[in-house]
Amino acid sequence: MSHLITLPILVPMLTGLVMLLPPINTSRTRQRLFAGASLIVQLVLAMALINQATQTPWSFYAMGDWQAPFGIMLMLDRMNALLVMLTSILAFATFLYASAGEDNEGAYFQPLFQFQLMGIQGAFLTGDVFNLFVFFEVLLIASYALLMHGGTKQRTRAGLHYVTLNLVGSALFLFALGILYGTLGTLNMVDMAAKVQHLPEDTAPLVAAGGLLLLVVFGLKAALLPLHFWLPQSYSAAAAPVAALFAIMTKVGLYAIIRIFSLVFGEHAGELAQLAQAWLWPLALLTIAAGILGVLSSQDLRRLVAHLVVISVGSLLAVTSIGNAQALAAVLYYTLHSTLISAALFLLVDMIANQRGKAGSRVVAARPVAQPLALGACFMVAGLSIAGMPPFSGFVGKVMLMQTMPSAGWMLGFWPLALLSGLATLVIFSRAGSTLFWRVHGQATETQGSPKAHWFGMGLLLSASLVLTLWAAELTAYTQVAAQHLMQVDTLIQTLLPLHVPGDLTP
Amino acid sequence: MEVLVAFSIGLMTTCGIFLLLRSRTFPVVVGLTLLSYAVNLFLFASGGLYPDHTTVVDASAPYADPLPQALVLTAIVIGFAMTAFVVILALRARADLGSDHINGSARMKAQIRKRRSPQALKTSKKSTQHTKAQKAKENTP
Repeated sequence: MSHLITLPILVPMLTGLVMLLPPINTSRTRQRLFAGASLIVQLVLAMALINQATQTPWSFYAMGDWQAPFGIMLMLDRMNALLVMLTSILAFATFLYASAGEDNEGAYFQPLFQFQLMGIQGAFLTGDVFNLFVFFEVLLIASYALLMHGGTKQRTRAGLHYVTLNLVGSALFLFALGILYGTLGTLNMVDMAAKVQHLPEDTAPLVAAGGLLLLVVFGLKAALLPLHFWLPQSYSAAAAPVAALFAIMTKVGLYAIIRIFSLVFGEHAGELAQLAQAWLWPLALLTIAAGILGVLSSQDLRRLVAHLVVISVGSLLAVTSIGNAQALAAVLYYTLHSTLISAALFLLVDMIANQRGKAGSRVVAARPVAQPLALGACFMVAGLSIAGMPPFSGFVGKVMLMQTMPSAGWMLGFWPLALLSGLATLVIFSRAGSTLFWRVHGQATETQGSPKAHWFGMGLLLSASLVLTLWAAELTAYTQVAAQHLMQVDTLIQTLLPLHVPGDLTP
Repeated sequence: MEVLVAFSIGLMTTCGIFLLLRSRTFPVVVGLTLLSYAVNLFLFASGGLYPDHTTVVDASAPYADPLPQALVLTAIVIGFAMTAFVVILALRARADLGSDHINGSARMKAQIRKRRSPQALKTSKKSTQHTKAQKAKENTP
């Protein structure tokens, strides 16, 4: 059995721990070099995982060699290999940006960053629901500390709300797990999928309650409509590299929704088939609408980008609720685009705010930035990309999302909102861009431009927009196979649990 | 026994949610703690309640499901750490924002001050009178 699957979790954990020990913790430069080396190793590991995932549809790793339905299991397929890769790229770019000086604003930025990565990668790779809870907590406690990094008043206030909400979320998660374990007698996702198919009638409503409680928890993480109010506040308060890294956090919630509601409560779930659809579809559409209103009313660039994250989450969840292979393939592609571009926007807005001096990220007429041409060009590319305009990845992604609508009723719900969100983004970006770069007076306060590390970090993320367009064919081929594998639940059950007898409910 | 366990879990959840909806940080923290207690009991009960089963696995005697115990231990450890964190965070928020309101808003603070002001005025007057009287006493001899 190859240990490769465990490495994306172990490497950041060990990096974080070693960074707290004497030869490295005393100097910021040594910490940066060590973290950079570790992140490059993590990129290589992610490539190895993608390579393995393209060869075998599912790989499993039994922790401590405890066999499948009993022990904790890590699982690798094309979908989570892709997400691990996405996280590694995002982390590397964010790290480059932060090493220009943001990591110096408070203690322990670099170790916390690694622990956060450990939690995210663990949540992507685990095949056990309770283990998913544990990794959620790992990534949350690191994110609590990162959100407060360089603490200001807004960060403390946002942090208090964020922590309280997520603690309630964790309590609900445990309630859901208790219900599911009490009724299904297992916490292994694949085994749960096998058991849900042959539920006795009297326990089915309880399992449904457990499943929908999980939807509430994941909806909170992904910022689904009635649970999204924490997002704009905390993302706009956080330091730029932290906000950029958090762009993947809503995607962890999205991933958990896809995983649980396509595997356990998917098409094959008998009585509980497509359990989440009735809730997810309308709420996701309302999320997009709320995001559009938020974008139109933002007076501050950071808040604007945070509301753009809400829109992208809404679009992704709306298409996820369709639940067939074509839809999930489009969702995976759009996830890559929206994560990388919104992270790039968070970094770009921070660069603009730093160069404008007192006006910061507020959309008001003020002094010009020091590098108007370069920043303006990047702002335009990012804006066109996130609005979904032709040469960039947002266009490809949005067209793919819109093509997946199975019938006229679905189209009527999704198309107007998707197109309106693009229009609103364009309008607000033109307004903000002309205020930022043209309605200026006086001299630039900062004569020096942004540090090179900022340009590299932000540029790396923004170039993803072009890369995703140029290699769209290869990527969609990959995501389509990934989505088809997600649909083959029965084959997956047979691969992992060859001894499973259908209809057997003894725990 | 099932009724008793179910009732206590329900009661703790109710109290927890009620306290969570309060506007000060301290009741919210207590509410979170109560909620996590309720969760722990609930998880523990998810393996089924058997009064006559042993807790430690022994092949000769019927034993209770060991997995919920492991889950509860994990949940307790995590819940404890999180509660400690949120207590420190609430203290920090009290210091940074100058109010223990969960929103820490200046408007709330002003309202609270206004509501308290008549009393505050009275007490301060009393104390000044008191000191004046004391001073007068000190001066007389």
